[in-house]
Amino acid sequence: MKKAFLALEDGTIFEGTGFGAPVERSGEVVFNTSMTGYQEIFTDPSYAGQIVVLTYPQIGNYGASEADNESSKPFIEGLIVREFSPAPSSWRSDESADEFLRRNGIPGAAAIDTRGLVRKLRSQGVMRGVLHVGDADPAQLVEKARAIPSMAGLDLATGVSTKSIYEWSEAVSRCSPSEVMREKTETQPHRVVAFDYGIKRNILRRLAHVGCHVTVVPAGTSAEDVLALKPDGVFLSNGPGDPEPLEYQAAQIRKLVGKTPIFGICLGQQVLGLAFGGKTYKLKFGHRGGNHPVLNQLTNKVEITAQNHGFCVDPDSLRSSDIELTHINLNDQTLEGFRHRNYSVFSVQYHPEAAPGPHDSQYLFDDFVKRIEDAKAGAK
Amino acid sequence: MPRRNDLKRILIVGSGPIIIGQACEFDYSGAQACKALKADGFEVILINSNPATIMTDPELADRTYIEPLSVEFAAEVIRKERPDALLSTVGGQTGLNLSVALAEAGILDKYGVELIGAKIDAIKKAEDRLLFKDAMRKIGLALPQSQLIKSVDKGVEFTNKIGYPCILRPSFTMGGTGGGIAYNREELEDILERGLDLSPVHEVLMEESVLGWKEYEMEVMRDLADNAIIVCSIENFDPMGVHTGDSITVAPAQTLTDREYQMMRDASLACLREIGVDTGGSNVQFAINPKDGRMVIVEMNPRVSRSSALASKATGFPIAKIAAKLAVGYRLDEIRNDITRLTPACFEPTIDYVVVKIPRWQFEKFPGAEPVLNTQMKSVGEVMAIGRTFKQALGKGMRSLETGRASGSTILDPDLIQARLITPNPDRLPYIRFAYERGYSIETVHELTSIDPWFLGQVKEQVDYEIEMSAKTLDSVTKDELRKAKRDGISDSRLARGWNVDPLDVRAKRKEMGLAAVFNRVDTCAAEFESFTPYMYSSYESECEANPTDRKKVMILGSGPNRIGQGIEFDYCCCHASFALQEFGVESIMVNCNPETVSTDYDTSDRLYFEPLTLEEVLNIYDTEKPDGVIVQFGGQTPLTLALPLKAAGVPIIGTDPENIDLAEDRKRFGALLDELKIPSPANGTATSVGTACSVARALGFPVLLRPSYVLGGRAMVIAYDEEMVRRYMQEAVIFSQERPVLIDRFLEDATEVDVDALCDTDGNVLISGIMEHIEEAGVHSGDSSCVLPSTSLSQEVLSTIKDYTKKLARALNVIGLMNAQYAIKGSTVYVLEVNPRASRTVPYVSKATGVALPKIAVGLMLGKKLTEFMTAEQLEIGVLPVSKFFVKSPVFPFNKFPGVDPSLGPEMRSTGEVMGVGENFGEAFAKAQLGAGTPVPDQGTVFISVNDRDKPVAVELAKRFHELGLKLTATRGTATLIEAAGVPCKRIFKVNEGRPNAVDLLKAGNLQLIIYTSTSGAHSFSDEKTIRRSAVLYRVPCITTISGAKAAVEAIASRRRDPIRVWSLQEIHAAAQTAAK
Repeated sequence: MKKAFLALEDGTIFEGTGFGAPVERSGEVVFNTSMTGYQEIFTDPSYAGQIVVLTYPQIGNYGASEADNESSKPFIEGLIVREFSPAPSSWRSDESADEFLRRNGIPGAAAIDTRGLVRKLRSQGVMRGVLHVGDADPAQLVEKARAIPSMAGLDLATGVSTKSIYEWSEAVSRCSPSEVMREKTETQPHRVVAFDYGIKRNILRRLAHVGCHVTVVPAGTSAEDVLALKPDGVFLSNGPGDPEPLEYQAAQIRKLVGKTPIFGICLGQQVLGLAFGGKTYKLKFGHRGGNHPVLNQLTNKVEITAQNHGFCVDPDSLRSSDIELTHINLNDQTLEGFRHRNYSVFSVQYHPEAAPGPHDSQYLFDDFVKRIEDAKAGAK
Repeated sequence: MPRRNDLKRILIVGSGPIIIGQACEFDYSGAQACKALKADGFEVILINSNPATIMTDPELADRTYIEPLSVEFAAEVIRKERPDALLSTVGGQTGLNLSVALAEAGILDKYGVELIGAKIDAIKKAEDRLLFKDAMRKIGLALPQSQLIKSVDKGVEFTNKIGYPCILRPSFTMGGTGGGIAYNREELEDILERGLDLSPVHEVLMEESVLGWKEYEMEVMRDLADNAIIVCSIENFDPMGVHTGDSITVAPAQTLTDREYQMMRDASLACLREIGVDTGGSNVQFAINPKDGRMVIVEMNPRVSRSSALASKATGFPIAKIAAKLAVGYRLDEIRNDITRLTPACFEPTIDYVVVKIPRWQFEKFPGAEPVLNTQMKSVGEVMAIGRTFKQALGKGMRSLETGRASGSTILDPDLIQARLITPNPDRLPYIRFAYERGYSIETVHELTSIDPWFLGQVKEQVDYEIEMSAKTLDSVTKDELRKAKRDGISDSRLARGWNVDPLDVRAKRKEMGLAAVFNRVDTCAAEFESFTPYMYSSYESECEANPTDRKKVMILGSGPNRIGQGIEFDYCCCHASFALQEFGVESIMVNCNPETVSTDYDTSDRLYFEPLTLEEVLNIYDTEKPDGVIVQFGGQTPLTLALPLKAAGVPIIGTDPENIDLAEDRKRFGALLDELKIPSPANGTATSVGTACSVARALGFPVLLRPSYVLGGRAMVIAYDEEMVRRYMQEAVIFSQERPVLIDRFLEDATEVDVDALCDTDGNVLISGIMEHIEEAGVHSGDSSCVLPSTSLSQEVLSTIKDYTKKLARALNVIGLMNAQYAIKGSTVYVLEVNPRASRTVPYVSKATGVALPKIAVGLMLGKKLTEFMTAEQLEIGVLPVSKFFVKSPVFPFNKFPGVDPSLGPEMRSTGEVMGVGENFGEAFAKAQLGAGTPVPDQGTVFISVNDRDKPVAVELAKRFHELGLKLTATRGTATLIEAAGVPCKRIFKVNEGRPNAVDLLKAGNLQLIIYTSTSGAHSFSDEKTIRRSAVLYRVPCITTISGAKAAVEAIASRRRDPIRVWSLQEIHAAAQTAAK
């Protein structure tokens, strides 16, 4: 059994056993509290630049399957778990989680006191760290951890974004014959242009499911180029890193507001916030998990949501009369969603597409389509 | 939607006595509901027949009715109290059924009582299999193919469609009573016949088999605003085919991808919405085909359940408490999360540990019952263990069971491996481990068991590491190896056995290496937020979150899994000990591993350690907390077995010295003490071999009572009438008590048995809290005998002798706290049978009857307070607590779960629970108790009498009374002749082995309402008797097996014909008594 070390910038060393790829990687160490869906987490581009600690202690139990990929490859820098199962047990599994990580060059450390680590991150905030699988000098790893750039101010979205435009029309499919799911909307599809800041496939599938044909464009696409595609709606995706450097993107969105319905998720909301003159800030340890209660202030109902963000829009910076705050996180009262009072623009900070996570908020995709339809009707 | 202010008074229906399938989890949920509603300013009215619960403590409700859970008595409570609403969902199936019955009888409408929690329509939709199936079909969820069957023929016909095996579930029965799996036509007919009979609506659901599919449960909550959450998912280690109450279960689900989990989550929420559970908690069960992911919904319970208690303990999310709040109008997001304080209860708990629940069975108490698990629940209790990993939790769970067999020491037979793996049984997990030790592969074990390979892989890793470690020695083992062993849940004892050293050597080595257990918190949020509730479990992680205080503190050791003989009564005592400590300003620390109990509610004590009650784990907690004292006398036998080793390890035990507890158990030393005190006891001796046993028995004279030392609940206790029985017993009993001798007593036939509870302080002041007269004669285990407070037949002289002996014994044993003594009275002589310087099973009953919480005073005495601080000089002068009415405690038996077992009473305890009846006279109290226990005495119909020669004179007298009361009599020849000779008409029938019609025929035809059948010979029961008694259980006709029980029944019948339906709350009984005393 190989050794593995996680060194944090504050000098803490965690020693465990290695799995996955026998390499060294560095990044911001963050934790996720979901109990299921590790593979979706691995492959969520929003985790670029981050070493992920999973609080659920038994990981790898059901292996990995192509169907659960949220993008073309894993984006996490490394994985920290309490216990890792080498042998998967699931009818859905194509390979073991270990093979999956190894094949994709991702290192992992097991037998780590993840609870102790999370308590540290919770109280001191997320930290930079280095994960090394194999023998190493821990002191050197700490030095390396201190040398890596902070997440604050980093534009990672451009890096993970698609380099070229592509089309998407694949809807969500049943995971088993017994899954009760509404059928894909089969009317003439709406044309949606999605800015890819690190988009998850399930967002695309969800959009397709409710009757959208999606054109995915790189993060640096101009408003003019988007408009040239004659979209019925524009979607702003999730993605990694600090939203603040995304000034160009915010500027493009400003130009699109009022021209077409806009829907943003996660980083998409943050960029939208910036576009409206708002400010973003870094959360101490972020929201990452599948159990966050969000109050929809329009319906006064609570949704249990999937979340993955380290930055957030400051609601006070958006207190213009044009913006209506629509969703609030009940755990810490942070902003989870807003809409424009005059234009068809709305966004949420959390992940209605789930994957992994609860399906409570899928109605937002319907809301988007409704706005598109209303806009089309208005245009006639 | 905030609190409803239109409701003022709320009636809560409890779940009644502890039975298999409905245990103290409903004390936990009921107590939580009472507390939550009372704290919110509602007036809480409670009806529950079970006196052993915390729920029925007078402090928990404004009006507490310990009355039978029948429509007529509940209606009387409603008439008297006029509640605005009835909360139906926290009293288990019993509470739900009674609520439905009250609604259907028009009582709720008549008195304008609103049903809250679950509405009638929702309950029916969930409970009625056809309505449920339709509802599920409507929302696209599949069920296994099934049909409601009303006759055996129709059932046989339906198998043409679904084939064998098929599953049978009688409608509206608890814990799957009467259900089963039929593999062939013969079994089908057998199970179906019984099931049709047991179902109150004479219906059985026959179902396509999904045996071997993966089984899951989801605990769901929903509020009136339609906010809905999943509190916890549970995956069964044992696949479909074993009742979930009999399955090892794991939280959260382990082998589901997120897609599958969310599919199940969606289905659970859809189910709740479609059934129409507006508020509260529900449990939804699913099965998934491991081959293709096909999912079917198995059932849903629109109420809190055993699983919701487990889920609450597993996550720290108090389902019942929140369900109660939702029922009175709150929204989930208006309720705070107690543990994190800052976040709301409207979220889904996430956990960073693994929880394993393992059931506890007691087939050994029911000879004749096959130890096989199926869809009818048979376990009597359960343990829960929390570990950072599945392996750690599983290891802890196995040692929490206290089977008396350390892991690996069980005697397992290699030839039985295949059979024990294929057919689910209580030893399946030990056999899986054994199979691995003998080289079986995961694949083979999976083929035989259908258990998910992930679980099997984990078990194998653990077994493999145990084997690997056994190859080391105490000296050669490295710190990393030892840490891994501990992190994998391997106990010090297991390691010690491999290394041939004492477990304490392993502990010493660990400490020397710096490998101490640390404690993590259960916090509902995987450490995302700070936890303010010290609810802890041990691990071998890098930091300890226990954060002990420097207050004065006392640790209470709980009673572990429920067992027959060690049940909820001891949890009651432990909880009260904790409340008392807090009241006296001392921090209370609870240690227990039973998820069903109130003691393991994080709200009960200042600090809670959810840990196995083993020396290793208790010492680990002791090391961390360093309490000023440890209480061992409230948790039954479990903590007592730890008392001496703990004392030896330097742990301060408070209360009666463990040496004196030991002395009372030591036959020789105790005998010497009795001689010194000049207190008579039945002649006795001890034996450690067959030969000595026989000679001792001969010398004492038959019959003799045989029992092993140190047992509760009369485990392996028998009355031997001849040498052959002694020999047979010794050959069986020695297995149970190798080092400890078998105790042999002269058995006093026809004696009256008396239970006494007393309190004693450090100055030797003694207060007798209750002198309970048993209704069954000596020889029937005290836990299985009905008893009455105050005594009805003992003379003043006998009573004062009892008082005198009790005081002498308490002083001689230096009792500090509680003591229980059992006496037998034969003629005017009082014999001591046994003395237990600890809390007894009767403590809650006596506390409820007298209105004095005995454990609270006991704790005060342990802390050095004197009786004079709790009692007036006058009370102490009288020396016995008074009771102002008649209180009868009656046992409840699980015989209907074990077809084929002879339900006659004996020295081995077999009751699972108890009820209390209150009356102005003995007959009334006894009638209520019998009704509460589910064996109501009839007020008309026919009594069948068959008694032995000794009992015949009394039987004739009884026959006269029955006749006077308007009942008809029937008897076999001998008895009938005598009855007729006394001028009472009596119908003659045949004995079963003579011909027909016999009593069984009459039973089947519904022509017998009461059976009185005493054994013809004490030596052994004839098959004739067994047949009748078994049939009585099957047809639910009360069967009284002792003549003293029959006498009581006559009184009860007389009361039923004489006394009106009347109820009293504990509060009014005790208030009236206090006024009268002034």
